[in-house]
Amino acid sequence: MAAESGHSADITHAMITTPMTAADWLIIAPVVLPIMFGAILLMLRYTSVRQAVMANLALAFMFVIETALLLHVAEAGPQTMTMGRWLPPFGISFSVDITGVVLSLAGTFVALMCGLYSVVDVDAPRTRYGFYPFLMLMMAGVNGAFLTGDVFNLYVWFEVLLISSFGLIVLGSEKAQLDGAIKYAFLNLIGTTLFLIATGYLYGAFGTLNMADITRMAATPPADAPVRTIVVLYLFAFAMKAAAFPLNAWLPASYHTPRIVVSALFAGLLTKVGVYAILRIVVMIFAAQHGLLAGWIGWMAAATMLFGVLGALAQSDIRRLLGFLVVSGIGSMLAGIALGDSQGLMGAIVYAVHSMVVMAALYLAAGIIGRRAGSFDMRELGGYYAASPWFAAGFLVLALAVAGMPPLSGFWPKLVLVKAAIAAGSTWLAAAILVTGLLTSLAVGRLWLYAFWRGGPEGVRDGAESWKIESLDGRPALATYTPFAVLVALVLFLGLYPQPLAVFALEGASGLIAPDAYIGSVFGETR
Amino acid sequence: MEAALVFLVASFFTASIYLLLSKHVIRMLLGAVLLGNGVNLLIFTAGRLTREVPPIITEGFEVPNYATANPLPQALILTAIVISFSFFAFLLVLSYRAYQQLGTDDTEEMRFAEPSGEAPPPQGY
Amino acid sequence: MNTVIFRTVAPYFTSLMVLFSIFVLLRGHNEPGGGFIGGLIAASAFAIYGIACGVQPVRRALFFHPMSIAGCGLLLAACSGLPSIAERVPYLTGLWVFPKIGAVELALSTPMVFDIGVYLVVVGAITSIALALEERERD
Repeated sequence: MAAESGHSADITHAMITTPMTAADWLIIAPVVLPIMFGAILLMLRYTSVRQAVMANLALAFMFVIETALLLHVAEAGPQTMTMGRWLPPFGISFSVDITGVVLSLAGTFVALMCGLYSVVDVDAPRTRYGFYPFLMLMMAGVNGAFLTGDVFNLYVWFEVLLISSFGLIVLGSEKAQLDGAIKYAFLNLIGTTLFLIATGYLYGAFGTLNMADITRMAATPPADAPVRTIVVLYLFAFAMKAAAFPLNAWLPASYHTPRIVVSALFAGLLTKVGVYAILRIVVMIFAAQHGLLAGWIGWMAAATMLFGVLGALAQSDIRRLLGFLVVSGIGSMLAGIALGDSQGLMGAIVYAVHSMVVMAALYLAAGIIGRRAGSFDMRELGGYYAASPWFAAGFLVLALAVAGMPPLSGFWPKLVLVKAAIAAGSTWLAAAILVTGLLTSLAVGRLWLYAFWRGGPEGVRDGAESWKIESLDGRPALATYTPFAVLVALVLFLGLYPQPLAVFALEGASGLIAPDAYIGSVFGETR
Repeated sequence: MEAALVFLVASFFTASIYLLLSKHVIRMLLGAVLLGNGVNLLIFTAGRLTREVPPIITEGFEVPNYATANPLPQALILTAIVISFSFFAFLLVLSYRAYQQLGTDDTEEMRFAEPSGEAPPPQGY
Repeated sequence: MNTVIFRTVAPYFTSLMVLFSIFVLLRGHNEPGGGFIGGLIAASAFAIYGIACGVQPVRRALFFHPMSIAGCGLLLAACSGLPSIAERVPYLTGLWVFPKIGAVELALSTPMVFDIGVYLVVVGAITSIALALEERERD
């Protein structure tokens, strides 16, 4: 422990000298806060009531902070804080641009809704086992991934969110959960290992891991650098995380096994982190190589959309059906990434936000159905429209939104994507998006007909008095219907007034295509 | 020296992919460990191999004036080792629990999340 | 593993290892060592104690639940970046103070606080996994 007073070397020219302002702390607060709260909750695991309250307060606080960050970034452009005072690329940077902060804000909002729902869905043993600490640490991982400006740091946040998601998926240790968790864990492990290999090569080729720094160099890479190998490895790694077509088998095998609130969280957040990573690394950093891959990504997108929704049509368990719809939605985002122009990327970002909200809401709704009927099997459901018409109406809104019907949130991104695909000359991609929309409306429409519209399950005559569905009241009703209603309202709002989100997404998309402001925020005047 | 390590990395990858393709969880577990170690070794090799030369710049120089290994890949590996270690610890406990509860380590017999032979979904309204 | 020799030696061995782990933790700033490796040494010390004397005595001796120790470490590590706010420098900047106690000048820094946090996280997490595995062997 040598005292620093012993050193004589002057290193101030390697350090950041501008003082930090309060606004700069907003950049890392969405990551540091959940870590701190997660740690506190981990210490207080045996006080189950306060856990839920504290976790929800923390999520609400994070939501406020991220809203402030969004407004700040929208006004002042991309923001960067580099850890430990070392100048980038030596210090690890957190670089926030509109794309990252919009996704992180939507993610935190979804997590807050799931946090409210979890008050009744997560019982005392699961709370003691650590649901809330895992939730907070997963949020730290998700926000870290959205906000970091360093490739290796992105890898670390991926692992943080993966390890906490492992904890969440096995919570309760039922047989189906262990089975699903094994598949989830192994395939995601291989995905992140590919990520690590690619990062090793990347450092070998460029000698830096700072995203802005690599973006500057990637246009003219060193002659012997295996850039294509790197990009393809990254694409594979992130496509695995995002559950794109040939690599999607783990998602429908595992997402329906844990508690419904965990499924909702995963469906809302985790796959979108993979999509975001593709946006950041394949689209922004390796813009020059993106053109080579665009055709492949397009086929991948079409296959993901169609196989996802065909899988959904073949299911009778609601949760598994929704798992396939998550996969199908990833295809639409990949279609935007394949197009790669500002309209396509804007569509992808808006679709990501829409998918976060609507998929989480659908899972929560499935949770309400399952809680009341004691089954998730479409064959054993029915009569919800008669029993609770408002709930049925809300579900119908979500079903139409996920199918992309106007005037709901799914319509606008699909419109943008179809228009961009036609403008780019990929009519087949536009056709795939439209056919997927049709098949999705069949899948969810069938679900709505079976679970809501008909009088009762198979063998029960319509209008029969014998079929009664248990109703929820008191605390369970409040804690389950409130997040559901808020998410439905948000879907309606995003459908009827898409302007703010579209503006942010367009700005984010142009920031990804021309990342000068992003690079400028990292390197300041010195670039 | 690097060439020898490249062959070692390649054999690590070969063995790990062979093991990961197995249907028994215990072999997949070993494959995952080998894969992690193979990747770490790969990055380690990429950072140049030297004999115990500290990566310190001599006074008056801007860059090292003798051949030294790049210290950053080693720092990356250190992080990756910690992560793969915790991953492995989790997978070990998970596989053990799964073996206890499901009574098999054959992934083809693990049909609890996606039961085989399910009746098709309802065909008409 | 339940030999008399092992059971007699284990407590001394454990205390020695914990002491050594703290030494490794503190020398970590400038020499090989640090929070992670120190934490591993301490965790293996508790694992050895668990093998020799059973899991319950270890839990009693630790007093806190291992995961709570890990949480405490995580909090400590995250908070070690907070003094940066007062100094108006970026998060996790290494800040030093040199208080004098008598004739000894101490060098205290935020990286050391961070390292202690890492140490606690590793001790807590690895001990809890090790104890869970040891417990299971008995039933």
